[in-house]
Amino acid sequence: MRALQKSMRPAMLSAVAALALGGCQTIKPYDYTNFRAHPPRSILVLPPLNESNAVEATYGYLSTVTYPIAERGYYVFPVAVVDQFMKDNGLPSAHEMQEAPLAKMAEITGADAVLFLDLKQYDSKYQVLASVTRVEVTAKLLDSRSGILLWEGRGYAEQGSGNSGNILANLVAAAVTQAINKKTDRAHEVSRVANVNLFDPEATGLPYGPYSAKYEK
Amino acid sequence: MWLNSDARKRATANCSAALLGAVLLAGCASRPATLYSWGSYEEGIYASYVGRNDYPVEKQISQLEEDYQQARSANEHMPPGWHAHLGYLYYEAGKLDQARQELLTEKSTYPESAVFVDRLLNNLSKAS
Repeated sequence: MRALQKSMRPAMLSAVAALALGGCQTIKPYDYTNFRAHPPRSILVLPPLNESNAVEATYGYLSTVTYPIAERGYYVFPVAVVDQFMKDNGLPSAHEMQEAPLAKMAEITGADAVLFLDLKQYDSKYQVLASVTRVEVTAKLLDSRSGILLWEGRGYAEQGSGNSGNILANLVAAAVTQAINKKTDRAHEVSRVANVNLFDPEATGLPYGPYSAKYEK
Repeated sequence: MWLNSDARKRATANCSAALLGAVLLAGCASRPATLYSWGSYEEGIYASYVGRNDYPVEKQISQLEEDYQQARSANEHMPPGWHAHLGYLYYEAGKLDQARQELLTEKSTYPESAVFVDRLLNNLSKAS
């Protein structure tokens, strides 16, 4: 009970902050009971399912998701190596990887938890007439031994054409090398903002992990 | 006398703390405080998926090695998975000794990776 009360306070504070930032939506704090019972150290991120029409969504998004999870304090398995390893072992697509038994994933990688992602929206760079680029992703984190749902969330972000004045995007952009390939699609960059909205809100996001100074034991 | 020298010491300490704070703040202004030095890790993965021909494995390796030198000189850490990723690229380039070395570094830096890295090392020894 005491631990619960202690963790409620920052959650409420950030709910207020989230309200101030988000404007009109009321944020209901996430119930972290399962998470606190099985706090993971390491997270296996599988390539996301792609419900959008953009074929490049899977990797356009997958190449943005290590940063937010590692910076929150978790060991994140190397996403491209995991992807190739799964492909080499008879799982050619994100769909098949996500359908594979959880126990098998745990055995192969030793991951404490597995993150299942689903891209609901990812606007293609080929939509030249679209004035707004949207990325919507949902996430489910499962304990790899028990299969219990530890945390779930949704991240959404949109960016109008020619609008590069997003503070969050600029902050992340400052920490990573930009656009090695000039073919960079806008949704790839918007994904980073969606990730901030998914992982970072104090009341609903992914709690800090063991490598973070803010980790609560 | 005691008090004086003590006060002087304290003043010096305060002064260096303030200086250190200023340096830290200056660092924060240009870049968010991150746990790790990210360099080209994620954007390199993205580029390699978008156009493998435009960003061959040798170029990915040299970019990551350059990132590593920069991080080292700034006394910053590489993110989780980074050394394993570089090790995999060395494997793709046929440089198995470097591949093994990077995988071992991943394991010693991040013990959470041990099960997966041992599996990769095992595959590597079969390949060589």
